[in-house]
Amino acid sequence: MLLNQFLLLSAFLFCTGIYGVLTRKHTVLVLMSIELMLSAVNLNLVAFGAFHNSVTGQVFALFVLTIAAAEVGVGLAIVLLIYRNLRSADLDDVDVLKG
Amino acid sequence: MIAENVFFGIIAAAMVIGALGVVTTKNIVHAALYLVIVLAGGAAQFLLLGQEFVAWVQVLVYIGAVIVLFLFGIMLTRAPMNPHDSLDNNLRWPGAAAALFLAGILGSLLVHTFHADKLHIDAPIRTATVTNAVFRVYIIPFEVVGVLLLGALVGAVVLARRD
Repeated sequence: MLLNQFLLLSAFLFCTGIYGVLTRKHTVLVLMSIELMLSAVNLNLVAFGAFHNSVTGQVFALFVLTIAAAEVGVGLAIVLLIYRNLRSADLDDVDVLKG
Repeated sequence: MIAENVFFGIIAAAMVIGALGVVTTKNIVHAALYLVIVLAGGAAQFLLLGQEFVAWVQVLVYIGAVIVLFLFGIMLTRAPMNPHDSLDNNLRWPGAAAALFLAGILGSLLVHTFHADKLHIDAPIRTATVTNAVFRVYIIPFEVVGVLLLGALVGAVVLARRD
């Protein structure tokens, strides 16, 4: 196997995640796209760990997983707050700062 | 060697389809289920790379917990279930341009830099090796992450509490 096939797959996932973050309107879908980007990073870390035959990549992927879980927890709490205050979870409705 | 590449191709195709589904589907619950495909494919790629501990952690944490959280979030925000409601804003073409631009840069850089590097996976990395690294070399980051998780948990409860 080539190292590049994993890296290119991960780059594709990351770009898809960026597209999702930019174009999705519902907050939960934006969070899902962020998860897509985080798992792309994990694939990169693990592929490089396997390439260097070291365990460090795997350990860092574990830390990224943990941070992702914490991020989803706090993110969904914020989504709930937005929904409770605005009666909508669409990001287009969160425009209080607009001049 | 051939079998590895065939498996990689199958899993990668499923992951690509799943990722495109997450960002294009018109049904929010389907997006969460497409995300399951991507994450399960990621776990399978980790197994292919011989890194089994992180693969099972991915199955447990992501597919077991994070997806359920997403489904709860969808349920609690009464997400639009009508297939005629658009879930996208009007930035579709600029978003696609930005993503393609980044994909072009990343792809060409990766092909240019790593075109000859081959992976040699002789044996899977055992869980004992990983835990030794976590509890000896990375013990301080591990504790910090534990405190961070506690903080995130308390923060989420405080934010979502009704009073």
